[in-house]
Amino acid sequence: MMRNALLFALMAALFVFTGLTQSWNVALTILNMGVISAIMALGVNMQWGYAGLFNIGVMGFAALGGLAVVLVATPPVEGAMAAGGWRILGALAVGVAALVAASLVWRRLPRFRMLAVLSIIVAGFFIFRGIFDPGVAAVEAINPTIQGNLGGFGLPVLLAWPAGGILAALAAWAIGKTALGLRSDYLAIATLGIAEITLAILRNEEWLSRGVKNVIGLPRPVPYEVDLQRSTAFVDWATGFGFDPAAASSIVVKLCYLGLFAVVLALVMLLAELALHSPWGRMMRAIRDNEVAAGAMGKNVKARHLQIFIIGSAVIGIAGAMMTTLDSQLTPSAYQPLRFTFLIWVMVIVGGSGNNWGAMLGGFLIWWLWVMVEPMGASLLHTLTAPLPDGWAKAHLLDGAAHMRLLTMGIILLLVLRFSPRGLIPGR
Amino acid sequence: MDLLNALVAFANFVFVPAVAYGAQLALGALGVTLIYGILRFSNFAHGDTMAFGAMCTILVTWGLQSWGISAGPLPTALLALPVGIAVTALFLMATDRAVYRFYRKTRAAPVILTMASLGVMFVMNGIVRFIIGVEDINFADGARFLIGAREFREATGLDEGLAIRSTQAITVVVAAVAMALLFWFLNRTRTGKSMRAFADNEDLALLSGINPGRVVMVTWLIVAALATTAGVLYGLDKSFKAFTYFQLLLPIFASAVVGGLGSPIGAVAGGFVIAFSEVGVTYAWKKVAGYVMPENLQPDGLAQLLSTDYKIAVSFAILVLVLLFRPTGLFRGKSV
Amino acid sequence: MSDPFLIGDSMTGGYGAANILNGCTIAVEKGEIAVIVGPNGAGKSTAMKAVFGMLGLRGGQIRLEGEDITTLNPQDRVAKGMAFVPQTHNIFGSMSVQENLEMGAFLRRDDFRPTIDMVYDLFPILRDKRHQPAGELSGGQRQQVAVGRALMTQPKVLMLDEPTAGVSPIVMDELFDRIIEIARTGISILMVEQNARQALMIAHKGYVLVQGTNRFTGTGAELMADPEVRRTFLGG
Repeated sequence: MMRNALLFALMAALFVFTGLTQSWNVALTILNMGVISAIMALGVNMQWGYAGLFNIGVMGFAALGGLAVVLVATPPVEGAMAAGGWRILGALAVGVAALVAASLVWRRLPRFRMLAVLSIIVAGFFIFRGIFDPGVAAVEAINPTIQGNLGGFGLPVLLAWPAGGILAALAAWAIGKTALGLRSDYLAIATLGIAEITLAILRNEEWLSRGVKNVIGLPRPVPYEVDLQRSTAFVDWATGFGFDPAAASSIVVKLCYLGLFAVVLALVMLLAELALHSPWGRMMRAIRDNEVAAGAMGKNVKARHLQIFIIGSAVIGIAGAMMTTLDSQLTPSAYQPLRFTFLIWVMVIVGGSGNNWGAMLGGFLIWWLWVMVEPMGASLLHTLTAPLPDGWAKAHLLDGAAHMRLLTMGIILLLVLRFSPRGLIPGR
Repeated sequence: MDLLNALVAFANFVFVPAVAYGAQLALGALGVTLIYGILRFSNFAHGDTMAFGAMCTILVTWGLQSWGISAGPLPTALLALPVGIAVTALFLMATDRAVYRFYRKTRAAPVILTMASLGVMFVMNGIVRFIIGVEDINFADGARFLIGAREFREATGLDEGLAIRSTQAITVVVAAVAMALLFWFLNRTRTGKSMRAFADNEDLALLSGINPGRVVMVTWLIVAALATTAGVLYGLDKSFKAFTYFQLLLPIFASAVVGGLGSPIGAVAGGFVIAFSEVGVTYAWKKVAGYVMPENLQPDGLAQLLSTDYKIAVSFAILVLVLLFRPTGLFRGKSV
Repeated sequence: MSDPFLIGDSMTGGYGAANILNGCTIAVEKGEIAVIVGPNGAGKSTAMKAVFGMLGLRGGQIRLEGEDITTLNPQDRVAKGMAFVPQTHNIFGSMSVQENLEMGAFLRRDDFRPTIDMVYDLFPILRDKRHQPAGELSGGQRQQVAVGRALMTQPKVLMLDEPTAGVSPIVMDELFDRIIEIARTGISILMVEQNARQALMIAHKGYVLVQGTNRFTGTGAELMADPEVRRTFLGG
């Protein structure tokens, strides 16, 4: 217990140190993303630590959370529904209906079912495209430089967080239904696939997410810096404390975000801990430790795995929505598996798989490292290459510093896995 | 005549590219499936192993080019390939020594080895980016075309041209040779058979006196050769970019799973299944349809089933189908 | 009295902290058949694995031809002339019968074709099926492949862990006949058997193990005649 408190204190000291040596603005920026990382790490930890499920589609679930922000919080684009929105929705309904019909036929039909299913799918696809394509063209033609999509419901952005969780949960349900119950690597491969496809959709379906044109200016749950700077009350307050109003406004905004995020983190943490120590959590751990024995005792292993996979993915989706809210924009091309999926895994493994506090600590610590390793690597290389003459070799080495952190993260993961596989705060 | 034109258009835009791509996927999937069968884990570092091998080969190619050595009409990279394979093999054996061996000795769960391969992937990815950067690199030299579209049109008098790039031809030939060598090795040589025995039943292989260390070493050697060859051929055919190799991971795994993880022949079949589906589904069939179909039935759109951005969805959809209906794959690999 | 050909002398050991073997002794003479029988959980298979070096011993010794081999690992014991046929997973299912035999001879550098012919003479059905994957054969044929694979090393001692588990009575009789035939060529045979009655009938020496200790030891005929053994272990 002492040790854990010490580890968290050290972590806090790192952020204070960053604030003192660099700026509080930087420290808070890192901390905000640290909280989001910690929530994602909690989601992955539920899947891996409680149930031993290997999900490498974290990026996809986070991106679905991001999509939820666009769908919930942006105002609807005028005329888009009339122009083609209903067609698109109708087409999607046809697609789903075709899939449902195919699955019913597969289950009911005694013979020729492969043929029947194939013809339903092919026919369904062409009908879908026939309805879908004109709708998309019409929607994307509306004011394409700034809109060209359906927009959303114009609801408060905070509602997007649970919505992101629901979107991610739906995707997790579909993928879990397919790949759970087979060997563990298959789930990994399948989640890798769903992440790539989610991303392909976000990048290409402009009617939905504006694709690579990005959705910018998403509504924020906290005040804008400019508004604060214009408010005389705030300026007086800041100058009263001897702060520069511009700097103070940006710090206050970040603190507001931090407050919101901290509430979510605390909630997720509370629920995760309660769940882990409930009979349900004991059953999960029993299944993780010996699937065969748990199965023999009448536990439905696959159903329990599906459950935890959906819950964990939903948590990742919520964090994804929070991240997009923090950025106030959705940039599909920024979703990179190396950063989203594998970094979260490093957090869980380093923090301590199976332990929620460990995952949280790992989230903060690794995110801090991820941000700080690059400048540290760059300055290290600067020092090392200082004696070298200027030229191609030196320039190349300095350019390479940007990639040092991938290497560092990989080495950290390997070292922890090898020498301290239970992580900083081991699970019980 | 129209039928011939349609056939040529099909060959030019679908068959030839898909065969070349399929050969590249098959080589990649062979590596994944061998590691799975013998070392018993899914190696997520395989895409980056291909990138690493290709990078080594490119560096040697640049060296050769600067000394004025070339392979005439063939790409210089083919001369550099053996060196690339050797360096990659050394690197893989070092990784095995530093990372995987420990987990093998302690008989860790396969998922832990898979996790370790994630770490290795990070490291390799960092090394590749550090050494050669993230830019697009085109290192194909030598003759551009085996058959040019114009020559083909002139020679046959057809409207459609058939172009076969020399890189495509080389891909197919090199891949065929590599696969033939591999199957000969696995089925005819004592070491190859001992590898199959080890993959089949590790305990019994030990009881028969098969040296596990040697089997593992030879496996990494072969994997290095396959991955480097696949990486170089893909780089020659398209271009070298560190990130694209990561994206090859899904089609490669899909190929291996479709064929049946652990089954070499399945990996080859799976590679071509994935490649043909991917190219077929994302190709705009309008041109082919224009020749075969009567005027009034012709499609007005491009007749493209999915945009090329969704080609990853094709591998994924096939993967899901296989997982749902036949998890052991076409050739009954291992599913446990 | 000189040492037997192979002896596991007062073996003590087990997998975890608890001992499964409590000082039991198993031995076999050259060209003879020794059979280990006993109730479930008596440590029969464990004793066998201990003799083959698949289980670390806390006490006791394994000697082959008078030489102490207690510390050798299984692979080195194979090189010393011991062969082991596990109870399950004892063939390479995806490989052909012929390849299974070749793998048995993996350590041999000389021409092993005569040994393959010998195995085919012993089990003629395998010659007809030599190109079939071993995993597609019937249960009895698979056992033949497993025994054949073990014979390929030209062992001095052949150890069989329940060779007749899961095969029909007819096949079992046939397999026992072959085992006698193998012993006649001078190979010592040590086996664990569930079918105690049939096994003791062909045994030169029988060991009845109970809770990791020798309860009864004697020639096969003696044990068969012993009323207590009959009552307790052979079902009357």
